[in-house]
Amino acid sequence: MLKDNILKVVDIKKSFAGVQALKGVSMEIKAGEVHCLAGENGSGKSTLIKIISGVYTPDSGEIHFGDKVYERLTPIESIRNGVQVIYQDFSIFPNLSVMENLAFNQELANKRRLVNRKRMRQIAEEAVAKINFDIDLDAKVGSLSVANKQLVAICRALMFDAKLIIMDEPTTALTRKEVDALFRIILDLKKQGIATLFVSHKLDEVFEISERFTILRSGEKVITGDTSELDNKKFTYYMTGREFEEEPFVPKNVSEEPVLTVENLGMNGFFKDISFSLHKGEILGITGLLGSGRTELALALFGLQQADTGTITIEGKPVKLNTPQDAIKNGIGYVPEDRLTEGLHLPLSIGENTIAAELDKLSNKLGVFDEEKKKQEINRWVKELAIATPDPNNACSTLSGGNQQRVVLAKWLARDLKVLILNGPTVGVDIGSKYDIHQILRGLAEQGLGIIIISDDIPEIITNCSRIMIMKNGRISAELSAEEADEQTLTRYMM
Amino acid sequence: MSTSRRNVASFVKDTHIRRLLTLMILWMIFMAIFRFDKFYTFLNFQTMAAQFPEFGLMALGVMLCMISGGIDLSVVGVANFTSIACGELLKILAERSGELTGGGILLIMLLGVLIGAFAGIFNGLLVSKIKIPPILATLGSYELFRGIAIIITEGKAVANLPIKYAETIAGKLFGIIPIQLVFFVVVVIILSFLLNRTTYGTKLYMLGTNKTASEFSGHNTDTVLIQTYMLSGICAALGGLIMLANYNSARADYGTVYTLQCVLIAVLGGTSPTGGKGRISGTVLAICVLQMISAGLNRFPQISSFYIPLFWGGALLLVMVWNTITVNGKSGGGFIRNFLAQLNIKTGSGK
Amino acid sequence: MNNRFFKDLTKRNEFYIFLVIIVMGVLIELRSGQFFTPNNIVDLLSALIVPGMFALGAFMVIVSGGVDVSFPALASLSMYATTRILLDVNYQGGVWLPILMSLAFGAILGAFNGVLIATFKLPPMIVTLGTSSVFRGIMQGVLNSKQLAVIPKGMSSFGTAALFVAENPQSGLTSRMPVAFLALVIVLIIVYFFLNHTMYGRGLYAIGGNEVSAHRAGFNVWLIKFLLYVGVGMISALAGMIRASMMTQAHPTNMLGMEMMVIAGVVLGGTAITGGAGTLTGCMLGTILIVMVENSLILLGVPTFWQSFFLGVLIIAGMGISALQVTRASKAKGSVVREVKQ
Repeated sequence: MLKDNILKVVDIKKSFAGVQALKGVSMEIKAGEVHCLAGENGSGKSTLIKIISGVYTPDSGEIHFGDKVYERLTPIESIRNGVQVIYQDFSIFPNLSVMENLAFNQELANKRRLVNRKRMRQIAEEAVAKINFDIDLDAKVGSLSVANKQLVAICRALMFDAKLIIMDEPTTALTRKEVDALFRIILDLKKQGIATLFVSHKLDEVFEISERFTILRSGEKVITGDTSELDNKKFTYYMTGREFEEEPFVPKNVSEEPVLTVENLGMNGFFKDISFSLHKGEILGITGLLGSGRTELALALFGLQQADTGTITIEGKPVKLNTPQDAIKNGIGYVPEDRLTEGLHLPLSIGENTIAAELDKLSNKLGVFDEEKKKQEINRWVKELAIATPDPNNACSTLSGGNQQRVVLAKWLARDLKVLILNGPTVGVDIGSKYDIHQILRGLAEQGLGIIIISDDIPEIITNCSRIMIMKNGRISAELSAEEADEQTLTRYMM
Repeated sequence: MSTSRRNVASFVKDTHIRRLLTLMILWMIFMAIFRFDKFYTFLNFQTMAAQFPEFGLMALGVMLCMISGGIDLSVVGVANFTSIACGELLKILAERSGELTGGGILLIMLLGVLIGAFAGIFNGLLVSKIKIPPILATLGSYELFRGIAIIITEGKAVANLPIKYAETIAGKLFGIIPIQLVFFVVVVIILSFLLNRTTYGTKLYMLGTNKTASEFSGHNTDTVLIQTYMLSGICAALGGLIMLANYNSARADYGTVYTLQCVLIAVLGGTSPTGGKGRISGTVLAICVLQMISAGLNRFPQISSFYIPLFWGGALLLVMVWNTITVNGKSGGGFIRNFLAQLNIKTGSGK
Repeated sequence: MNNRFFKDLTKRNEFYIFLVIIVMGVLIELRSGQFFTPNNIVDLLSALIVPGMFALGAFMVIVSGGVDVSFPALASLSMYATTRILLDVNYQGGVWLPILMSLAFGAILGAFNGVLIATFKLPPMIVTLGTSSVFRGIMQGVLNSKQLAVIPKGMSSFGTAALFVAENPQSGLTSRMPVAFLALVIVLIIVYFFLNHTMYGRGLYAIGGNEVSAHRAGFNVWLIKFLLYVGVGMISALAGMIRASMMTQAHPTNMLGMEMMVIAGVVLGGTAITGGAGTLTGCMLGTILIVMVENSLILLGVPTFWQSFFLGVLIIAGMGISALQVTRASKAKGSVVREVKQ
């Protein structure tokens, strides 16, 4: 079957302040295909999307829509040619109704000055009908689930006779069920002849949904091809230019006594009857769907939320964890999911960030710093984690992503922890840094730290954890050793 | 040693501070040309040094709250409330013993600081525990403190105070240095120490840049906020105690222009309204610049003092526009930056 | 239909403000027997005119995600400039010229705010603090303002003209309902139409909800914000002019400081200080509550100097309750993390 190209970009170059973000990228998208665009952070994916959607003007190169050729494109022209982008934040108005969210774009495109609710409702009804989306048009969008917000954004995109829908990492915040629903919609759109450009760096999704793929690396196209010819190893290689062999993790120095024991822990409405133990030197994986209670469990173990029932024991001593301070005092550290927004103080210095969790240890009772000790501690961790910086007094924002993650880890390692809990340690991290982080974690476990990884990245859990606990509807549905675990089994226990 | 050298280096590098220093020097040259004999007198500098501490102290408090990502609009309310309560106590003490002793003055100061601390803690609780946006919380508490002050005085001024208090607080150390200045300097030293050498300071900056990350690092952000507003309250109360001495009376509506002036000083001094950024040196410099400008303007009798808000408001707006053009060219006047770039004017990012 | 209406009603902030107003009214009535009298109601409505107009402006700014504290200074300057100029030329005509002139001044000063906020993307709160100082400086410094005991006849006769006169049958006290009340009604209708029936108005809500999305959806964010501040400037200036007319004198400074109570009223009415949410009903009810506190304490036998105190308590209590509601809602919704992220 021969399909026409609906979009073709030729030799696109774009630089920002002297930095070449795209170095002559060409690619084409055929009508009705599902095309995956992959690449590490900084590979130029988002620049390319913004050029296709007319937000950026390329320095050189051409953009073809069928017979029409553009050297520069405005957002309106892009929309007129059938391109619609669904951004990661969905570009919605949480304070307004579904109806207004759906109808605004079209009303504005038609240069309407006055509000006509009847017409707007009609537009909204037509929009939701396209994907049989059953939703209360008068509901405030802010009250919807993430998946429904995304569907609102998709419906809105479809109103403009879209031929190509670009989805920027659409599955990040979705549960597995919701991802399946989204994929069904993408396939449905495909039947209607609407192509999807699917931006993702989750390998399994690329395999699952796309027919063809394009991979970018440092502003250049590495390869375009059929997904059927791709495998795990090749994918990684194309993305990073490196080959990674991740051996399964085998714990070496597992302690006799558990460092952390949890018994019958429960939190109303979130999880119930959670019992497990963690030994020094182990990496325990906790996985489950969004809403399975895994995040809440982590928060309870770090004192950010209080469990209603059950006990937590650290090295044989029962402890109460009402605040993060309690948890830290008892040797528990927590690396949040979103490091940039939850883990770092970007404008502050690298040094200050590394000691953020041990300020009281570097000061006397009155809170006055021991400057000498402070300096030593900072230098020690910058060195120990090989944080690449000329001066720890530089702002943390000057570091690359991978180095920033090291800072977050350093912050906790400086505390002499007993247990480190990581929530999605490699979410949004590119493959190279992901590998590095895994190696650091393994090293830490060997040094006798008890580590808990909470993640829905199943391959990550399987290769890096010595034991895996699966949560479902707030309970532990299974506990497996690393040898027993494979993707099918895990998925079965999760669903 | 190395840290202090770094501080000096970054002090000069700071664009806000460079700008303020330039402004100050230009103004000093201007005054030297036009009013040398009237401006450059010992007495004039002594008077200035006695005048600015009352609002300077309040501005320091506002700066602290702005570093935390909030703001304190209640400082003037706290100051007036303090000076009225202390004025009343002053009268009682004087009536009882006839003569005001040094101990009596100390007692009054103590009461003032306590009032400031409690008022600040109250603000801190509203902001941290009840989570009212700081603008509104302190706006409300401003009305509240002012309200209590009006109730105490029935809207009238507290006057006929024993002169001893004013003589002491508005006096001169060794006959040269105004005592008000001594208060100010002591507070500046204490706050600098708190911000640069203690965990409180580091926690405050961390809270201002990223509250969630602070919480995840195990900082008790509520405590830090309460401490911050308490410090602001104490600063404001000290400002009130100085006002009481400077005017030898107290009233619920003294110094109402100071609210805006304090925000202005903080922003001019480089404190970011969104939090996490700001330093004492910048704020102190901004206080000095404003004082010199307003005192300088007084040497021109044809310019009414009513022009002062115009200058200050204008300065605030100019500085902010300037900041967007130079530091943050992307979001604001990109065109202006491009234009400047064409003229070969360096608009590099100041930290 | 009706059932749903009541269910929705109890969920809304306006309903509770309304209850508070009624309860306060009843309390005052019980204490003094003078609240629900025709003349008192008319007095209240007459006192509502200027704060009400200010509140409408402040409301729109807050909905867009900003805070404007410059409107009293803006109103004072426009009013003073208008009056001075007309006195200088010995203007003897009707009220239309003062109205037009103050609207023009308001538009210019508002545009000044608008440029700083929309073009340079500066934080509105700080900008308006600055412009309020500038306006004040221009008025007191450049114009060397003094209290003007006489204002043009057109203005004073407009300010004192009555729609009708209400009389308290018992005490015989009378109160005049000023014609200027119509101005509030007209502005309210215009603002209502603008907010609910024009794309610009919906754009204000959209910007308050998510400015980036508004831009992507095709709203002209710059224009909407600019026009907002121009419009708010015009409303405020009109309010200032009306105030001078009603008082039959131009007092340059007695409006300054009103910003706090006006914003308090708007936010008490359930307008989210973070922008994007709020209704005109709530805005007006909140303002009425504030005006009641300011004007009716005397009827309760509370000395006037308790006003500030009660106002402060009201602001803190109102804010506190809505802040606690937000916290509770996000707690009920789920994890801390989610609360933090949104």
